[in-house]
Parts: sequence; structure tokens; C-alpha cells
Amino acid sequence: MANKLIVSLSPHVHSGDSVQKNMYGVILALVPALLVSLCVFGMGAAIVMATSVAACVLFEWAITKYILKREKCTVCDGSAILTGLLLAFNLPSNLPLWIIIIGALVAIGVGKMTFGGLGCNPFNPALVGRIFLLISFPVQMTTWPVPGQLTSYVDAETMATPLSIMSRAIKSGDSTILNELPSSLDMFLGQSAGCLGEVSALALLLGLAWMLYKKIITWHIPVSILATVFVLGGIMHLANPVYANPVDQLLTGGLMLGAIYMATDYVTSPMNHKGQLIYGVCIGVLTIVIRSFGAYPEGMSFAIFIMNAFTPLINTYCKPKRFGEVAK
Amino acid sequence: MKKLESTLPNMAIVLTVISVLAGGILAYVNSVTQGPIEAIKKQTLDDGIKAVLNAEDLKVEEPDTLESRDIIYATDKGTAVQASSNGFGGTLKVLVGFDGEGNITGYQVLEHAETPGLGAKAGEWFQATGKGNIIGKNPGEKELTVSKDGGDVDAITASTITSRAFLVAVNNAYKAFKGGATDGNSGATTQAAPAEEAAPADSVAVETTNE
Amino acid sequence: MNNFKVLMNGIIKENPTFVLLLGMCPTLGTTSSAFNGMSMGLATTAVLVFSNLIISLIKNLIPDMVRIPSFIVVIASLVTILQMVLQAYVPAVYASLGLFIPLIVVNCIILGRAEAFAAKNGPVPSIFDGLGMGLGFTLGLTLLGATREFLGTGKIFDFAIFPEDYGMLLFVLAPGAFIALGYLIAIVNKIKKA
Repeated sequence: MANKLIVSLSPHVHSGDSVQKNMYGVILALVPALLVSLCVFGMGAAIVMATSVAACVLFEWAITKYILKREKCTVCDGSAILTGLLLAFNLPSNLPLWIIIIGALVAIGVGKMTFGGLGCNPFNPALVGRIFLLISFPVQMTTWPVPGQLTSYVDAETMATPLSIMSRAIKSGDSTILNELPSSLDMFLGQSAGCLGEVSALALLLGLAWMLYKKIITWHIPVSILATVFVLGGIMHLANPVYANPVDQLLTGGLMLGAIYMATDYVTSPMNHKGQLIYGVCIGVLTIVIRSFGAYPEGMSFAIFIMNAFTPLINTYCKPKRFGEVAK
Repeated sequence: MKKLESTLPNMAIVLTVISVLAGGILAYVNSVTQGPIEAIKKQTLDDGIKAVLNAEDLKVEEPDTLESRDIIYATDKGTAVQASSNGFGGTLKVLVGFDGEGNITGYQVLEHAETPGLGAKAGEWFQATGKGNIIGKNPGEKELTVSKDGGDVDAITASTITSRAFLVAVNNAYKAFKGGATDGNSGATTQAAPAEEAAPADSVAVETTNE
Repeated sequence: MNNFKVLMNGIIKENPTFVLLLGMCPTLGTTSSAFNGMSMGLATTAVLVFSNLIISLIKNLIPDMVRIPSFIVVIASLVTILQMVLQAYVPAVYASLGLFIPLIVVNCIILGRAEAFAAKNGPVPSIFDGLGMGLGFTLGLTLLGATREFLGTGKIFDFAIFPEDYGMLLFVLAPGAFIALGYLIAIVNKIKKA
């Protein structure tokens, strides 16, 4: 009986080094996307990112020190910086400061520290912040600045995202609306409207390559998500052309960002490869379902959020081998 | 007093007595409150019709329920129509007032399941003081649609679906109004196009009755 | 236990919302504003006081094996009476609570108190227990309603504190109820420990 109660705690250090090293590794992998967002959205992007990171670090420090009254400083492990950066990547670049600060408080306070800090949170903190803001401030969270206005912040001109064009085509049943979509190359490089970090698939893929090379993450989650979206999106497109073609499905919205950086969070994803594949496929299916039939044009964040909740269940089904267990 | 034992006759008798007593009391309370409940329902409806027609005193004729379950309340000061459509969260039921020419004199949202703070704003948004004013417009001249769909009504911020549903309900109300008005000549199934042709004749008729 | 103690027990020590965690359905469903929360709480209090009184009066006439159906008939009748009375005389409250009034029947606080208190005590303490539990429930719902209304729309009891545009919509919606309730329970626990 006694040895049935042994559970292993996340984060699981896949490559055998420290939390800190992995966190900074992920942050480094985000640099290409960060540079692209600076080039595309200019000052707005810089303000949003700086505020978000600063607020996350500040809240983490204040909550650890004054509410949890812990001696150990957890700010230095870089997880708050990463949360702040990922949160900023999920926001439009013309978002007012006070909304970003509320988002950071919810991400760190509600999403992470309430459950006991890093490693105990059931949901990805940056996602908690983003979804909270999306539901609370739908007006501000769904107006997107036109790329290329480098010096403007809240006064930037706005436009529709490729995703809202796609959802309009589905709602009206008119596939010619899809012709308004920017070309796939533009979307690949980052010349379309959207959240800060999600515009350029190229930069995000560079980050993925770096993380795979450094063995910070394994291929299972991102590849299973992207493949599922591609296959399912392809089937829907062939069945009815009002659903956008699978390449556009992959390049739009937070899909790449989510698949590469948000879904792969150590704490909230399943522990072994089999579980990770189940998790990835389910995220892909949910994303396409929400995008095609849901009220919101983007389903990535909700899909990851829902699967975060299922992670403990998947872990129960796909138990990692106990150390020293004799193979059958 | 000793507690009653759980024998079969005891249980049957107690349950029967309790149920009969409860039933009796409920019947009595029902008979007392029925009057006020009916009165309040009628009062709310009357107030609604008065509000959407901007009239203090008016005579409401026998309501006319159409196949589409839209209800037409013809009065001496104009017509109020209750119509519905599918909103974001569920059925969206509105009461729209029309004058003789088919201009909208006012509206009220009777029932909705829209998101609070977003779609739920429909109650004020489309009023004369709101940003998406539809008062005074005539759906017969140009069907009401939100500006995103090429119309000239501003949609509620971040609630295009609710706004569309609301305008569909208003347009439905107009169709019912026109259909009801031409009932005597060409039947209730008249669609929007012939109804528009019938419009001038109706307005004359109403004007003469007012004098 | 004197009657005052019984009363305070329901309001503070065994507060149904924050300590017993009973009646979560109306707690989460009706508290989109402080006024709605308070109306629901008071409606439940009314049912609770009368059901406790009636059940404590007839407790010896009811054979043990059929006590639950008997209690349910009493409670359901009271709720139906309440519903008709509200509909006839305070239509505004009826309109805002709507669906949740019939659900008072299945509120576990009422059957719970009938079983745990009224069936074992005399009519006077039972009234005080019903009143205490009801007021405790009302307090919890009003507090939760006020928190959600304030964070969601910037108002408390319709009195504007900050402009509505700054309100966090999530708190008016269902997930906000869960989050706000969780933090309120945490704060109440913290205060009680101190």
C-alpha cells in the first residue's frame, strides 16, 4: 500500500539540469519572436512587454514575501519573467497599461501563487492571465493594431485579424471572404494583425528548433498539435471550402505560439511521451472545433486550458515507469 | 408526546394528510395571488406598449398571434409587435412600436440571455440616446443591418452577434406588422416586397382613423 | 444552548456559505449583483424559518421512515407559496431571481437544518436556528454579490464607485463566481484563524 502513494512532482527536469537553466533557455528561444514583434509593432510592443514582465516579477516578489511569507526568493528562477513575456506575447500591442497590470496580477496571483507557486499550478499562469483578460475586456482584447505603426501605442489604427476573417467566412457560409486573408508568406513572416508574439510563424519555429536542439522540450507536444490541426483542418477544408485551408489554419492566431511555448509548459503538461501525444492531439482537435464552431474566433488558448485540466487524468493513465522497476 | 411508529398505516395516513393539507394551502394561496399576478402581467405589457409607442393613453385591441409566434398589438396610436430571434445566449424577445408609416417609435427588450456588460446592453444601445439609434428609422425603406454588414446601425461594441440578432428581431417585427396590416387583402403570408407597396395605403387609413 | 447562541452559530460559526459550503447552486448562480444575492438570501431565510418551525411542530407525528418525503412536501409547498407571493407582490425580485426560486426546494441547507436541528429541537430554538442559518446565508450571498458587482461593473447595490468601462466582466459571469467565492472563503478562514 505504502509504495502506491509515491507520486512524483513536476516540474520534471527533462534534460537533467535546473529549473532556472530551463526557464532562461525558453526565454532565449523567445528572442526571435520578440525581435519580430518589435519590428512589426514598434513602441507598443516594447511598452506591453516591459510592463508585463515588470508587473509579473513585482507581483511574484510581493506575494512570496508579504502574503506567503516565504524566505526563499523565487523571482530569480526566471519563471515570472517567462510568464510575463508569454503573457505579453498573447496581448495586442495597443493594450492600456492598467489592463496589462491586472493581467499580470491574475496570471501570477490567481494562476500560480494561489496554488503554491511554481510546480503546483494546474494551469499555465500566462494563459490564466490571457483568458481572464479576454473574457473581462473583450473590447480592448480584440482590437488589433495594423502592423508597421512603430511609434504609436494606444492610439494605433486597428484592423481585423486573419482569424476574424476566417470566422466571418464560416458564419456567413461565403468562402470568397477568405480571399481577404493576407498571403501565407505574409503570415509566415509576421506581416498580419494579431497578438504581439504570435504574428511570425518563422520566428516561433526558430525558437522551437533551438529548444529541440538544447533538449529543453521534446518534439511530442508541438508536433502532435500542429499535425492534428493540419490534418483535421485539411479534412474540413476539403469537405467545405468555407473552412480555411490547413496552411492558413497553422499560420494564424496563437497556434504556433501556443503549440511551441504554452502547451509545452513542464508543470501543466503530461509527464511521458505517450501522454504528451494524447494531450497534443486533443489540443489540436479542440482548437479546430472552437475555431470552426465556437463563438470566439481563436480556440488555441481555451484548448490548452481545457487540456491542462485533463493533464492529471492523462498522467494517471500514462504513468511514468517507477525508477528501478523491473521491466516485464 | 411519543413519536409515531413506522407502521404501514401510520406512514400512509401521515403522508396523505400532509399532502392533502399542502395541496389545500397551495390552492388557497394560488386563488389569492392569481388576480394580482394576472394584473401585473397585463400592467407590464400595457406599460411596454405605451413606452414603445410614446403614448400616454391608448386603446389596445385584441392581440393577434401569428404563425411565427410574433404577437401584434394593434392600438389607436400605432402598432406594437412582439418578435424574437436567436441571440448569442438564447432567445432574444423584443417589443417594437411602429407608427402608421412603419417608422420605429420605440422598442423594449422583453427577454434575453445575452452576456452581461456586452450583449445585455441592447436594452439601451439602440434607443434614441444610445450609439446605435434605430428610433425613427423605417425597416421598410431599408432593412436594418449593422455597419459591418453594410448597414447603417452601429453594432454594440464587441457584440456583433447580439446586435445582428436584435436587428433581425426588429426586422421580423416589421414584417409581422406589415403582414398583419395587409391581412385582410392578401393574407398573412405576404412577404416584405409586396408589403412595401402596400405601405402608403395603410398610412392613409391610419391617418384618417386618427382624425 | 440558548437561543442567541443558536442564532450566532448560523451566522458565524457554522456559516452555510463560508464554513458548511451548503447551497452552492444559488450561491454561485444568483450573486451577479449584491441586490440579487441579498434577495435570494432573504427568500431562503423565509423558507428556512417556516420550514424549521413547521417541522419542529409536527416532528412527533411523522414516522421516521417517511420523514424525508414529508419534509420535502412541507418545504416544496413553502417554496411554491413564496414563489406565488413574490410574483404577485414584488415582481422585480421575482424577475431577477426567476429560475432560482423553485430551486430553493433542493437547497441542502433547508433539508439539512430540518434533519439536523428542527427534527430534534422545539419550535422556538428551531426558529432561531432557521433565522441564524438564513441570515448567515444572506450575509454570504450579499458579500459575494457585492464583490462580484464591484469588480465586474464598479458598482455596489447599483451605486457607482468607478466607471463601468473598467469593470472586469469575468466576475459578472459564472467563472467569476467560483474565483470570488474561493478567495472570500480563503479570507474568512484567514480572519477566523487570526
